[in-house]
Amino acid sequence: MSATTMRMREALNEALREEMERDESVFLMGEDIGVFEGAFKVTQGLMKRFGERRVRDTPISENTIVGAGVGAAMAGLRPVVELMTVNFSLLAFDQIINHAAAIPYMFNGQVRVPMVIRMPGGGGHQLGPTHSHSFEAMYLQIPGMLVACPSTAADGKGLLKAAIRDDNPVIFVEHETLYGMRGEVPDDPDHVLDFGRCAVRREGDDVTIVGILKMAHEAERAAEALAEEHGIEAEVIDPRTLRPLDLDTILESVRKTNRAVIVEEGWPHGGVGANLAALIQEQAFDHLDAPVQRVTGADVPMPYSKRLEQSAIPHPEHVVSAALNATVGAS
Amino acid sequence: MADKDDTSEVRTPAGVLTSSRGQALPDPDTSRELLRQMVLIRRFEEEAGRQYQRAKAGGFLHLAIGEEATIVGTTSVMEPGDYLIGTYRTHGHAIARGTDPRNVMAELFGREDGTARGRGGSMHIFDGDRRFMGGYGIVGGNLPIAAGLALASDYKGTDDVTVCMFGDGATNTGNFGETINLAALWDLPVVFLVENNLYGMGTAIERHSAVTDLSHKAEGLGVPGERVDGQDVVAMRECVADHLEIARRERRPTLVEAFTYRYRGHSAADPEVYRDKQEVEEWQRRDPIEIFSRRLIDAGAISEDELAGIREGIDAQVVAAVEFADASPEPPLDSLYDNLYVMPGEQEGWYAVDERTPDPFRGEREREAAADSRVRELHEAGASYGGQSPRSGGGSGEGPATERDAPADRAGARDEGEPDPPAGDEQVEESRQQGPGGIE
Repeated sequence: MSATTMRMREALNEALREEMERDESVFLMGEDIGVFEGAFKVTQGLMKRFGERRVRDTPISENTIVGAGVGAAMAGLRPVVELMTVNFSLLAFDQIINHAAAIPYMFNGQVRVPMVIRMPGGGGHQLGPTHSHSFEAMYLQIPGMLVACPSTAADGKGLLKAAIRDDNPVIFVEHETLYGMRGEVPDDPDHVLDFGRCAVRREGDDVTIVGILKMAHEAERAAEALAEEHGIEAEVIDPRTLRPLDLDTILESVRKTNRAVIVEEGWPHGGVGANLAALIQEQAFDHLDAPVQRVTGADVPMPYSKRLEQSAIPHPEHVVSAALNATVGAS
Repeated sequence: MADKDDTSEVRTPAGVLTSSRGQALPDPDTSRELLRQMVLIRRFEEEAGRQYQRAKAGGFLHLAIGEEATIVGTTSVMEPGDYLIGTYRTHGHAIARGTDPRNVMAELFGREDGTARGRGGSMHIFDGDRRFMGGYGIVGGNLPIAAGLALASDYKGTDDVTVCMFGDGATNTGNFGETINLAALWDLPVVFLVENNLYGMGTAIERHSAVTDLSHKAEGLGVPGERVDGQDVVAMRECVADHLEIARRERRPTLVEAFTYRYRGHSAADPEVYRDKQEVEEWQRRDPIEIFSRRLIDAGAISEDELAGIREGIDAQVVAAVEFADASPEPPLDSLYDNLYVMPGEQEGWYAVDERTPDPFRGEREREAAADSRVRELHEAGASYGGQSPRSGGGSGEGPATERDAPADRAGARDEGEPDPPAGDEQVEESRQQGPGGIE
């Protein structure tokens, strides 16, 4: 199958365009997604292509935008709602948790909420304490919700298409620093990835490194360094979706390597890594030769200063250090 | 707080109602049906209150007694394809939309035959077949959803419209401002209907809203409104019919403020310290059912005998609803994860995880796991804390007493060394008033 090299934002844009062409019930809502073409240009050209009926600029009313998506989904449409950053999604927490996620269950399946809520997050652009966070762990907690967090252009496209076709509400987390990253994307219009399938980015026998979003790339860089500088072969896994989580692939790897490092940009307490570490120790305790290591963002609101911000975000050095912690003393 | 005179101007129908709607009675058949539905809702709610006292229904119970004309006046002029969405006080709305009262009662009982199979309870009644799009427990939470329903009607090119009902308290939420603006901006076919019963929980309207004439509250955002006598079913019908017509033909939103009153407390756990008996009595003289029955009798549209016949039939219907609910089984424990997700085909993966047992398993494998006797025992052990129904523990010897089994003298207690509940936190406040003594 042929493929084209493109940036993450272009891959997401293609996914939206293709799914809107495929299904008339798919439409977009969000702040500045139409005339302005998106704060991060993910929706570039879509209003010109599909018109104002299907690409809807909204007022700055996050809870109502999401809620209107919930209502439209209940009435049979497939809304894709863009929230400008994950921090702004907090203004819509009521509609996301009390409504989108709860409605199918609390009305006993009489109605579905097939909607996607896209939101970019993550640090690295000096946007300070209200525009730079990582809330995957909070969204991961919500029963009734699916959570995707793609790290490559190909996954971005394949998972977004899958999210739009899924009958469940989906939180779709994008990372601001990955929008410009290029990657090969299959040309197949049915390039739709299953939720709940890890990608094994690199194979290795010595330690398992699990990383999401931008940290999937940092994990790969760390693995190269571990191999070159320490002779340690790391297996690098990108879960791609956190709910459902492909725990089997992660456990299988840990049973092989007997060591695990989990890398995320979010906060440490109750984080993605905390959750995964609990699952690993519950289900693969006998296979562990070292405590599960977590590498997380610093436990502070994201600072503005470039040096402070970068010091608050995990880098390959942190991952290498954690992997060495897990392997030191073991032979 | 406003002085007595100001208060009465805000609160009494004589001071605020100027509309001349409701002059002409509908035809006798329609009139009798309006009356029948109002009496059914009244009787249903009275019985629900009684069953709550008997601990057959759990949680919170918000009764709409006194607000029947607002409900029935509205639903009686809606088309079958129109969407109705409401609040946590919507047993009557579902029934008026055609939902079988037996299923509503079964939901209050938390049983298999409930409208949501015991998942939703009193605050979350739903009937998709009749386009009753739900009761919602979050004040103002249904407004954005109403905008979405209306948007979908427009998007699909149907002439269906949405009626969004909410209380006076909801007009203070951010959702009110956001949704009214969006609906006006996008010309959405919604009738926003404020059931103004003069209290946001226990806070009187002049103490919770700077603008007390709610018919004007959305005007600055582009949605004009009209105040109508919510105790007069004929006036309600006329008014809502006109507003539905605007939504249906002109595809734009309007607001109706139904001026009404609830005769019972905010919920069954409300000691009603915030209002005078005299005020309640004054409003009881404007009982929507009494007013309308008298009017029908005076007009010769119904006889005393017919009225008695209607009441008798409804008594039997409500008794049957209780019997039905009582006979309906408890939801099986292995259905706990049903409808949490839409699970296509052989989809694998961790959608939900159950860690109630030593061997965590995935939620979608609940039934499989429950076949294991140890897992089943643990689930049963957990469920036994609920006894036969959520509020009937304590005496059964199965599991410990809970907050709900608190002695009567604890009801309404505010100071037992616990911190005060945060302002506006209805749930915390009410949970302190639980227990048999807290029920009216």
